[in-house]
Amino acid sequence: MQLDEHLFRREAGRMVATLTRIFGVQNLTLAEDVVQDAFCRALEVWKFRGAPENPSAWLMATAKNRALDILRRERTALTFAPELTRWLESEWTLRPTVEEFFAPNAIKDDQLRMMFSCCHPRLPEEAQVALVLHILCGFSVDEIAGAFVSKHAAIEKRITRSKKVLAGSNRLFEIADEADFSARLPAVHRALYLLFNEGYHGASAESAVRVELCQEAMRLATLLFDHPLAATPATFALSAMMCLHAARLPARLDASGNLSALADQDRSRWNAKLIAEGRKLLGQSASGIELSEYHVEAAIAAIHAEAARVEETDWGQIIALYDTLMRLRPSPVVALNRAIAIAQRDGPERGLAEIRAIADVERLNAYPFYFAALGELELRSGHREIARAHFRAATKQARNAMERRFLEQRTDACEVQSSAGVPAGILRPRRLRQP
Amino acid sequence: MSEFVFLYRNELTGAPPASPEQMQQTMQKWMAWMKEMGEKGQLKNAGHPLERTGKVVKGKQKTVVDGPFAEAKDIIGGYSLVEANDIAQAVEISLGCPIFESGGMVEVRPVMKM
Repeated sequence: MQLDEHLFRREAGRMVATLTRIFGVQNLTLAEDVVQDAFCRALEVWKFRGAPENPSAWLMATAKNRALDILRRERTALTFAPELTRWLESEWTLRPTVEEFFAPNAIKDDQLRMMFSCCHPRLPEEAQVALVLHILCGFSVDEIAGAFVSKHAAIEKRITRSKKVLAGSNRLFEIADEADFSARLPAVHRALYLLFNEGYHGASAESAVRVELCQEAMRLATLLFDHPLAATPATFALSAMMCLHAARLPARLDASGNLSALADQDRSRWNAKLIAEGRKLLGQSASGIELSEYHVEAAIAAIHAEAARVEETDWGQIIALYDTLMRLRPSPVVALNRAIAIAQRDGPERGLAEIRAIADVERLNAYPFYFAALGELELRSGHREIARAHFRAATKQARNAMERRFLEQRTDACEVQSSAGVPAGILRPRRLRQP
Repeated sequence: MSEFVFLYRNELTGAPPASPEQMQQTMQKWMAWMKEMGEKGQLKNAGHPLERTGKVVKGKQKTVVDGPFAEAKDIIGGYSLVEANDIAQAVEISLGCPIFESGGMVEVRPVMKM
């Protein structure tokens, strides 16, 4: 019997969430130990017997039995979830209570509870994301450090500290309280958005890791739909954005494994199913008066998805959406993307002028694609020397080998004589080299 | 054809616990290896895993103590019954065992012929 890919990792999140609900958030470590134990047993037994018919159910049952043992044995020594104490104390109610928490719907709610708990206001955003990945997605410290290109020690510190805050918060987030729920929901959206972006734009070189981060963010976002309080227009918009971006992932690398810019991608490799799903979700997101940054980003992605060829892109509409995004969540990166769209519609000089006008432009100094954008626009204006200098600066900021290779190719492209008048799109390396 | 017992022995290392993803990968390697032996007709019986706890009964006094496992450098985690032409082939088969990746060992012991 073949196991689902990442089965253990996913089950880890489900089991920890449920066990923490029963044990109480102060016993998070105990919950993690029980999960580790269940995996060890699975490893030993399945090695010899093969995987059971329903591996998830086997793991859950193993964790449940172990939890019952602990609840019986440690009843006097430990305090479990305070609101459950009287149910856990008596043998009459212990098993039925625990059974109830291991029912599929309860497990879903527990994951939601944990997700909201991880987005604790006392934790900085990057700590929330790391905690979600660790607790709900079953990533080890090493795996998170690998995905974020951080040092093991730094991530370990971040997670240990965050767990302390979580364990010290006395109880898990109460998802039944409408006011609290709505107040915390934007932080949860933001964490999932950052998790997705880390996968999509992040600094990690290993493409497999990045795709997995995107998938995890999408999986957690679907948990939100199933809860009436979480199924808001912004939730649908966030998911729409994720689907529409994820649809482009298969084309981000070309046949030789090199990074491929949006304008250059083989659009037939975009995932049509995800685009359709994204469009559907975007439609669902338009049900209220709320306009979130996710609505705007999803709408921009939808316009790109509509254009069968880059030349057919409706740049005017994209610029208008970037204007809106600048009002909702202004940032130098958004301003840069807006300037690039303007260059596509009105020519490179206008684009360069827009870039020069960006407030806090110095905040982009560590961002390789800022220099790359300057390089492309200067190149298209015929300023080869200036363009080459920008591409060199961009190469210095490259965060991984793939970006470096891509930017080196662009630097080289400044040497090649390209015939005048070639409509070289922004970040469109191959077209420039093969006029 | 002769029969051999494979005893899977693990050293208890202080290494940090594996991540769920790593454990799944380890298990899939084991399952693939067992399946391969089965398909080649080499696996007479997949055998059993053994708990890490137990008792040892010893001496004329028949004293019962908790297993010596806490101090043991390596403990037997399980066994399988394998069929091979000779010890050389049995050893050859054992080389595919994923246990080596985690620093464990396989003890290959011929079953005495009666």
